[in-house]
Amino acid sequence: MVRYFTRLRMRRIYKWGGRPYIFDRKLKSYGFEYLNMSVEGQEAVTTVTPGQYILIEGNDDEYPFVAKLLKFFGDESHKQKKALVQWFLRLSEVPQNKKLLLGRSPHPQEIFYYLGRACDNEINAESILGTVDVQHVPEDTPFPEPGTKDTLYVKLSWDTKAFNVLDPVLMQDTPASTPPKPALPLFPPCASPTATPVSRGPVRRALPTPDPTVMRRAGSVSDTRATMSAGKRSTLEAESIHSASKLSASKILSAKRRGSAADTPGVRKKLQLSIGASPGKKMTRADVLCELLDEEMESEKVISLKLSSSVSHSLQHGCSLSPMRSGCKTPNGQRRFPWKLSSISLDRLSPTALGEQDLSRATTPSRRKESAMAIRKPALGVLAEEDSEDSPMQPIALTPRSKRKSAQLVSLRIRKQLNLLDNTQELISDGDDDCFVPSKKDLQSSSDEEKTDSEEETRGRNCKTSVRTPCKTPSKKKDLQSSTDEGKTESEEETVVRKTRGRNCKTSVRTPHKKPSKKVTPSTPRHATPSIPSRTVPARQPGNILEEARARLHVSSVPESLPCREQEFQDIYNFVESKVMDGTGGCMYISGVPGTGKTATIHEVIRCLQHASDMDEIPTFRFIEINGMKMTDPHQAYVQILQKLTDQKVTADHAAALLEKRFSNPAPKKETTVLLVDELDLLWTRKQNVMYNLFDWPTRRHARLVVLTIANTMDLPERIMINRVASRLGLTRMSFQPYSFKQLQQIITSRLNKVKAFEEDALQLVSRKVAALSGDARRCLDICRRATEICEHSTSHPSSAGLVRMNHVMEALDEMFSSSYITAIRCASLQEQLFLRAVIAEFRRLGLEEATFQQVFVQHRALSRVEGLQPISVSEGLAVCQRLGACRLLLLEASRLDMLQRVRLNVSQDDVLYALKAVRD
Amino acid sequence: MSKRKVKETHMPVGECISQVQMILRERFCHQRLPEKPVGMESQHKHLLELLRRTAVHGESNSVLIVGPRGSGKTMLLNCVLRELLEVKDVNKNVLPVHLNGLLQTDDRIALKEITRQLNLENVVGDKVFGSFAENLAFLLEALKKGDRSSSRPVLFILDEFDLFAHHKNQTLLYNLLDVSQSAQAPVAVIGLTCRLDVLELLEKRVKSRFSHRQIHLLSSLSFIQYLDNVRSQLSLPQDFPDTNFYDEWNDDQSVVDVLQRHYNSSKDFRSLHLLLMLALSRVSASKPAIKPTDLLEASRVCMVDSKANILHGLSILELCLIIAMKHLNDIYEGEPFNFQMVHNEFKKFLQRKSHSIHNFDKPVVIKAFEHLQQLELIKSMDSSTAKIQKEYQLMKLLLDHSQIMEALQKYPQCPTDVKQWAIVPVLET
Repeated sequence: MVRYFTRLRMRRIYKWGGRPYIFDRKLKSYGFEYLNMSVEGQEAVTTVTPGQYILIEGNDDEYPFVAKLLKFFGDESHKQKKALVQWFLRLSEVPQNKKLLLGRSPHPQEIFYYLGRACDNEINAESILGTVDVQHVPEDTPFPEPGTKDTLYVKLSWDTKAFNVLDPVLMQDTPASTPPKPALPLFPPCASPTATPVSRGPVRRALPTPDPTVMRRAGSVSDTRATMSAGKRSTLEAESIHSASKLSASKILSAKRRGSAADTPGVRKKLQLSIGASPGKKMTRADVLCELLDEEMESEKVISLKLSSSVSHSLQHGCSLSPMRSGCKTPNGQRRFPWKLSSISLDRLSPTALGEQDLSRATTPSRRKESAMAIRKPALGVLAEEDSEDSPMQPIALTPRSKRKSAQLVSLRIRKQLNLLDNTQELISDGDDDCFVPSKKDLQSSSDEEKTDSEEETRGRNCKTSVRTPCKTPSKKKDLQSSTDEGKTESEEETVVRKTRGRNCKTSVRTPHKKPSKKVTPSTPRHATPSIPSRTVPARQPGNILEEARARLHVSSVPESLPCREQEFQDIYNFVESKVMDGTGGCMYISGVPGTGKTATIHEVIRCLQHASDMDEIPTFRFIEINGMKMTDPHQAYVQILQKLTDQKVTADHAAALLEKRFSNPAPKKETTVLLVDELDLLWTRKQNVMYNLFDWPTRRHARLVVLTIANTMDLPERIMINRVASRLGLTRMSFQPYSFKQLQQIITSRLNKVKAFEEDALQLVSRKVAALSGDARRCLDICRRATEICEHSTSHPSSAGLVRMNHVMEALDEMFSSSYITAIRCASLQEQLFLRAVIAEFRRLGLEEATFQQVFVQHRALSRVEGLQPISVSEGLAVCQRLGACRLLLLEASRLDMLQRVRLNVSQDDVLYALKAVRD
Repeated sequence: MSKRKVKETHMPVGECISQVQMILRERFCHQRLPEKPVGMESQHKHLLELLRRTAVHGESNSVLIVGPRGSGKTMLLNCVLRELLEVKDVNKNVLPVHLNGLLQTDDRIALKEITRQLNLENVVGDKVFGSFAENLAFLLEALKKGDRSSSRPVLFILDEFDLFAHHKNQTLLYNLLDVSQSAQAPVAVIGLTCRLDVLELLEKRVKSRFSHRQIHLLSSLSFIQYLDNVRSQLSLPQDFPDTNFYDEWNDDQSVVDVLQRHYNSSKDFRSLHLLLMLALSRVSASKPAIKPTDLLEASRVCMVDSKANILHGLSILELCLIIAMKHLNDIYEGEPFNFQMVHNEFKKFLQRKSHSIHNFDKPVVIKAFEHLQQLELIKSMDSSTAKIQKEYQLMKLLLDHSQIMEALQKYPQCPTDVKQWAIVPVLET
């Protein structure tokens, strides 16, 4: 069955199947009916049509995204192929903390219908990997046996908050392998609530009682539409009007349609292609027919209605049919009728369309100029019709209206035929893949037509591309049977189609060619979750005020608010919020000395934003934090980011490649990632590629990555970054100033939060002292904490300890700030002190700040004689010297130099003299 | 001077002596912790309180114990830990992790050791240790999982703390201190170091995360206290089996002098223990008490100049060379010399003054010179020895004048003219 490989040796080629059948003037987009995918060097072609369930290339090769295809469209230039989809989620895509909401262990093949709005339902068609089978499983029935391995099951829906039972209606439109319900074809195109009364009239006649479910569905259609952007909504309405009004045009078809009603995408393709050959209407005819058929399908596919325009409807229809397409099913006779169709529609269209043709030609410089024109024609015609309904003066408008009745007849007949066809095809397709490839013969014949078309129209390029596809189409089954590994992979690859957006082709080729079998098969230790054993006796809670104060003053306690950083908070908040809202990326560099609240502020910002996103005020986003100090090597940054994003654990190189792919490809359903890089300077490498990547990713169009970086030095970008890195970092910088004493005071007060433990003056003393030295809030808190301890110890009874007073704070300050050198000298032994004096005496004698041990020792002897002490031996002297060196009162050379080692003081001479003098006194 | 006479009615003298030696050796070799650390009560209280809070309240802390070598840092810590573990609540709760900067010379080894001591390897499964990066991530995750009230507090004891500061990026210190400053598993980071400037070794972001608590152990013992200490160290415990003799501490002046000298030189107990150990080893069945002479002798052994011994073992020729070097040092004021200069000086002496010493061939003198170099009494000044001929390599003497003179005095059967030469150099005519 379907296998998915994203890492391909060969690039995949995506080609629109058929001709653009509709043009949306507002969005400047063309609709297409289906998409042919093939792998370069492979002949088999996979066709994807709307309505099928597809796999979309994502971050995880093993589990691509699942969605239902609603519509294809391309832009004017034909550079981009887009598709509208309805997403499904795998459990692994549900946020970690919400997985529990499921309340049961998920079926491995289970997916969830996605009802959220955060994900963009517009994807690049070139990220489609292939098709997949999705089945709806009713809530209370168990999952089928895992025999059908590649079928995914839907039971519940997920609306970003909770799992709900999936309304079966949403799923009723079954994938291609199941036939449309017999009743459905009878259903008229009135499902669209915006359909004009003109078109509705005949519908009612055809189907007297629209059943209630249909009505409900129609209601839900409008609901879902309401969520769409205003612009899109209006188009949608407009489109549905078109489609409705167009029905009338199709009545001409009825005669031709008889007996060969099976409208297959292949046929439609030919229709579209042949447009150029027989100038004019046929395209519109086909279109009209599709529209007609689509309207009935529409009601089943409420999902699809979420999409932005009714173009999709026609596509859905196509898609439901396309899988059944097979060589034997498309007789030549079928091919012929579209020709006729098109000629009719041409007649109808020409009056207005022609005028526009020139315009469209002028505006579409792309290679598919002709086809673009072709797309325009029907659209224009439709527009004209629409206009005509309001203003009957328009001459063309009359034609369609007069034909309305017959059109209905035709549609009915077509529907009947379709049902027949579907039923028979279902039997065949059961055992086979979801993806069907048009048979060689069929394709060739169609390409022949194309050729003639193109000759007539002199469409050089288009012709070429279209011809190429059929040439390399051996039947797909043959490929599958080939037993070699290579053959297998290729055939698998071929069903999977990867994106080949112009420059993407290259990147895809570059991605490591790893076989999925080699892919991370996590061994136990990787996912082992270590933890410190929990304690047997619970931790005691703070007992009195001082203990309470101490707990609050601990740096680790998270304060209720972060005072004194309001401005910075606001700036960062605005920055991140705007990026999250816009779905864009950006970098920010934050500098400041340690202990100024950089990381804390960002965490606070993220907390607030997360709250906001919980409240649905902003889209959801992911927060990831890495710290340069918490990794052993800068390249580990990739590993950590990837692990936090996807829970995968891979090597650094591989992680870099995966991240590169993730951030440069327009993965659908992507939420913004906020990445905090702490201690940025440690990510420095010689080539700076880690930093480069970190700052380059946000600039990618599809990355949606916000990078916040933190380091201590303000001029880090200038100092250590090479130009291309610094340039990408940009100029969004922020500097956290050291706290002033008032701010420090406020911080302590807010932390204490009305726990009365400190005297006001004591607090002020601490803050002033710290502010004068470093402005480090951590230091300030530590001193206060120490002061509470001193206070507690000073009183005999811990419970009776009062406020922390000035003297306690003074003591704590002394402890923390006073240099210990002087005390150390005072406590040194007599010989050590003597040696220090000898050092100073020798320095004075030499006039240098350095002397050898030998020289100092001479002085030492002289001094001991003066002091009346027995002189010590050289060995003893060296021992004394070494002891002083170990304390770093002296700085010594390596001791193997013995007597020649040079001695320097590590304290100022004045300090030594001061200390020694005090001892004497 | 010391008291004890091991005359025991029930036990033979030899057995008593061995008992005494056992008890005292245990004391001097730091195998047994003292009942109570002496002279550091406040520090003891501070540290005990701190660790108790970590153990009981789950409050994270970091502290440095700073003091010169032999000042009792480890002893203090061990006393505190012992006391802490006696508390019932704490006993099962804390997880001590001992690291030593001399053993865990880089972060990789340190991490493995931590993992091992925390018994986390069983979580890792049979694949005992992954890469360094995995280890770090693993440990950090482990610590992050915990929280203040539920996880067992971990006491990280980093001996030779200053050496950890030399690890690359100070990753380990940063992470440990960061954990101690954030709401993760409660930890106490206790660093032991003798460097007073240890904080300057820390990177500023590491330093900022350190709580700046330092416990200084600087003994300010007076000599009287020192003496008391010696006394208590030597006295036998009350419950010494079968013996109950408590001699007067004999206030012999000579012992006090010896101890005073020791006290002057160094106040720490390790050197005292060494001295007493030497004295103790002289106690035997035939000589069952420590006499003042024992202590004097021990002191002499302790204080002896190491190089004097080497000098005593030199030949006359080598001694002559050293005297020649000494004169060269005097003449050139400590500038380096080479073999040729020494040889010239030596030849001058032989020609003018020598009556007792034969002429030596140059190769013999060179050999003697090389021997001195091997003994490291002289040291080459050049870094690249290969390029210069041996004779012309610049050398320096690693001896003090006083050491040479002292050695000459003690040298057995030293010719008088050599002694004379040592005092009065051969003058240039």
